[in-house]
Order: sequence, then structure tokens, then C-alpha cells
Amino acid sequence: MKTANKKVTAERLVKDALEKAKHFADYNIFTFLDEEGALARAREIDARIAKGEKVGRLAGVPYALKDNFLSPRGETTAAAHILGGFVSPITATSVEKIEAEGAIMIGRVNMDAFAHGSSTENSYYGPTLNSHDRERVAGGSSGGSAVAVALDIVEFALGTDTGGSIRQPAAFNGIYGFKPTYGTVSRYGVVAMASSTDCISFMAQTPDDIDLLMSIASGQDPKDMTTLPDYYNDSKVKKVKKIGVVTDFDNDSIDIEIRKALKKKCELLKSKGYEIVELSMPSLKYALNAYYVIVPAEVASNLSRYDGIRYGFRSEKSEVLNDLYKHTRDEGFMPENKRRIMVGNFVLSSGFYDAYFLQAAKVRTLIVNEYAKAFEQCDFILMPISPNPPFKLGEKVDDPVAMYMEDMMSVSTNLAGIPGLAVPAGETTNGLPIGLQLVGPRRSDKSLIEFSKELN
Amino acid sequence: MEIKREDILHLADLSELSLSEAEITTLEKDLQGIINYISQIGELDTSKVEPTYQVFEMENVWRDDVIKEQDATREELLALTKEEKDNQVKVPKVL
Repeated sequence: MKTANKKVTAERLVKDALEKAKHFADYNIFTFLDEEGALARAREIDARIAKGEKVGRLAGVPYALKDNFLSPRGETTAAAHILGGFVSPITATSVEKIEAEGAIMIGRVNMDAFAHGSSTENSYYGPTLNSHDRERVAGGSSGGSAVAVALDIVEFALGTDTGGSIRQPAAFNGIYGFKPTYGTVSRYGVVAMASSTDCISFMAQTPDDIDLLMSIASGQDPKDMTTLPDYYNDSKVKKVKKIGVVTDFDNDSIDIEIRKALKKKCELLKSKGYEIVELSMPSLKYALNAYYVIVPAEVASNLSRYDGIRYGFRSEKSEVLNDLYKHTRDEGFMPENKRRIMVGNFVLSSGFYDAYFLQAAKVRTLIVNEYAKAFEQCDFILMPISPNPPFKLGEKVDDPVAMYMEDMMSVSTNLAGIPGLAVPAGETTNGLPIGLQLVGPRRSDKSLIEFSKELN
Repeated sequence: MEIKREDILHLADLSELSLSEAEITTLEKDLQGIINYISQIGELDTSKVEPTYQVFEMENVWRDDVIKEQDATREELLALTKEEKDNQVKVPKVL
């Protein structure tokens, strides 16, 4: 991480980042650029450096903020029309922590509205283009975050991962992206999607940067009762011997080039003396089905608060309160938001609850148990993040189930609450990035990040 | 199961959405596909399995029952709404 000092000022770092952001404007990465604010904060840091004051570990480092993090800088819209005009009076804990160390937000970045999607095409602001191929998707939902880091506009970006939304776009753009153990980073001040799987974390170019950011952002927060007591910075890096690979996915479900990349990394690990353990995890195939029951149910609940009354967009069509809710929600949500809310209300409604929501919660137990058993046989698991490399813009946008299938390999870690790190693993013959994920048991976050260096 | 137009209208009502005719037609097709897909979880035998609703290993987290300083003031929150009157959020008529 390049921090500001007397020679390279924070103002220089921020100016460079802003220039690059404008240079790549046609990738549609930023939903808001805070030029004046970012430069003013950079000059404050430079003034402190000039006085010889102690500045933080991220002094003057420009970063990009996914648009679902609350902060008074710019509108927080979660890339959805229904939050249009909303400037938050509060700041997310994660944002407060990294800014206390001197990091400078240069702008907010694009995403699938409310983080519902795997391509950033479900944004009210239109899609973000892939950093390696402008005809392809950025991945999602943290697509703007990934492309901002991959094009080297910023050194790191904040994102959210509910079912793969950090790891998949990281893989699609050839960078590192981390989903921590559930409860490691405070969710306070982040637009809720599915409260039992939402995780906050970072995308960056190196494992060391991810580690530094996690050491700053992790920790218990009285404002989020689902944060774990501090453990990240005290964790001992464990001795790794065995790496698991899951054998339940065949050539029909995973792209051949991704399978080859996995094989190559396994051979590299073997050559370094690690043992590769084959794992059978038959319930994982059902993780995606269960995910698309549990998450829409939580989405339906979390998105019921958007009613046009207290903040954001309000429809002008209605004269009666109940119509106001309905018109505001119909005009303000994207089609995928509506699908998920309706599916959520379907699986929770009487007559269907047992067959869908309860059954999915039981499948979740099978997945939790299967991972627990797997980690008795190996230290970490190496597996694909997505079944395919980045796909073409528009290719899957009209077929919700085809889009959901892209999350097949990433959602199980969210259901189980365990950490997963997206690691770059070469390119396809067409030059598209391939990413793999290292998955570990609960609270193995620091070891997982450290071990990822062995894959180089 | 088969998703019919009435099901879409019922779900739209539960979801507080005022859908256009075009949206109803599209959602009928989309929800049919999604529900067919998620129905596959029925293939697994879970008769002896307890459900998992959260993966946070802690029990209840307690705090002292005292009001702490809030991050936003009443004025800041009221400023976010479209219409306010007498320190309250104003809405259209209820009936």
C-alpha cells in the first residue's frame, strides 16, 4: 500500500486516482466522484505530515466505496432508484475505521441494485464493464469495486459479500477479494440484504493489503450485535499441510479452463510439499437452491422498509397512503429486486413455509456439517468461485435462473458463515481472468490470507 | 407447482408492489422458473435434521439498559423526508 509521505503527498495520490477515474469514465465504475472532498482531506493529511504528526496506516491512500455503505459523502443509493437523493447522516463503522487510519474515499462505485445480482447489470445506473474485456460483465454485485481496483484507479475498495458478491467480481477482474467469517467486520451502516449471510470486506491487489485492511476493519462493534469478539489480530497463523478439493462437480457444471487452473494450482501445491485431499460434499450441489430460498426471504423482510415515507424516492402518482407505498416500490425497485421480494414472500407464506423456508434452513445445516467434516480432513479447501469465466453483457440478464447458476460455487460459504478468499489463478486462452477461492473453517481468516501466498 | 396470474397478484399484494400488466406477464414466467429451481431442495431427506437460521455462534448479547448518544439527530432524520409538519413526517391520507 503506497501511503503518503513528505515526498509523495496525499494530494498527489488522490489527484492521480481522480485522473484515472475520469480516464476510465466509459467503464461506468463510479456513481459519485468526490473530487473536492477527497482533495480537501488529502491536504489535511499533508499538513499533518508536514508538521511531523503521526498519521494512520492508510494515510492518503485513495479508495472506492461500494454504494451500499452509509456515509454523508454523496448519496447512498445502493444503485437503486428508490434510494435516490438519500444522503446519510450516519457513517458505517467499517468506513469510520479505515478513514480514521487516513484512507481517502474518492468516490462511490456501481453495483447491482441492493446487491441483487452477479454482473452489475441490475444497477439503476447501467452496467460496469469488465476490466479485461469491455464486452463482458464486471461480475457482481461489487462490480464497480472490482474494476476500480483492477484498473489500478484505487489501491483498494470496500464491498459486501452475501453470496459471492466480493469474490466473483474479484475473480472476473483478476484481483484478490475476501469474504471473512460471518461477524468479523461490523455490518453497521451498510444497506442490509440478507442479514444472516451479509459480510463486509475488501478487494485489493495483494494478500498483504487485504490483511492490513482486515486488521483495521475487524472487531466487535456495540452497534452490530452479530460482530464476534476481536480475534483477527490475535490469531496465530496455523501450519498448513492438507488442501482439500471437492470432487462433486464435473465438466458439465464447471468450465474446463477453470478446472485446468484448479488442477495447475493443486500441482503447484503438491510440488511445495502439501498433500491434496479429495473431498466428497454431496450437499453442496443444493447450496444454491437453499440460498435462493433463504436469501430472498431475508430480502423480502429487509426491503420492506423502503416505502417512500422517511427517505429516498417517493412516487408522485398516489393520493392515498397505501397506493403511495405500492407505486413508490414499483417505480423505485429494479426488476431483480421485485423478483427476490416476491420469491421471498412466496417461500415465507403459509402453505409453502415448511416445503421451502424450513427445508432450506435444514439444508443449510447439512452444508454447515459437511464443511465441518471436510475440515477434519484438510486445513483449507481450494475451489472455483464461479462455474464460468466472465460472460457477455446482456447474455444472462433476461434469464434469472441462468444468472443464479453463476453463484453455484460461492454461496455455500455464506450459508456456512466461513471465510473465502478469491485468489487470481491465471487467464483463459481468450485472456479473461480466472479466480479460485481458498475456503477455511470459522475464524481461520488470517491464516487463509497468509496461506494464499503459497499459490503464487 | 404451477404459478398462475392470481399467485403473482397475491404475491405483489404481500410485497406492496403495484405491477404493470407487462410486469405481471414477465414475473409469471420468471417466478415459475425460479420456483421450479428452488423446489429441488425437496429431493434431500432432512427428516432428522434441525434447521439453521443463523451462523453466528454467540448467544444473546446484552448491554446495559441505558440510552446511548445516537448517531443522527431528530432534525437530521426529519430532513430526509419529502414533507414534514410539526416535527413529524407528513403522508397522504390513509383512507
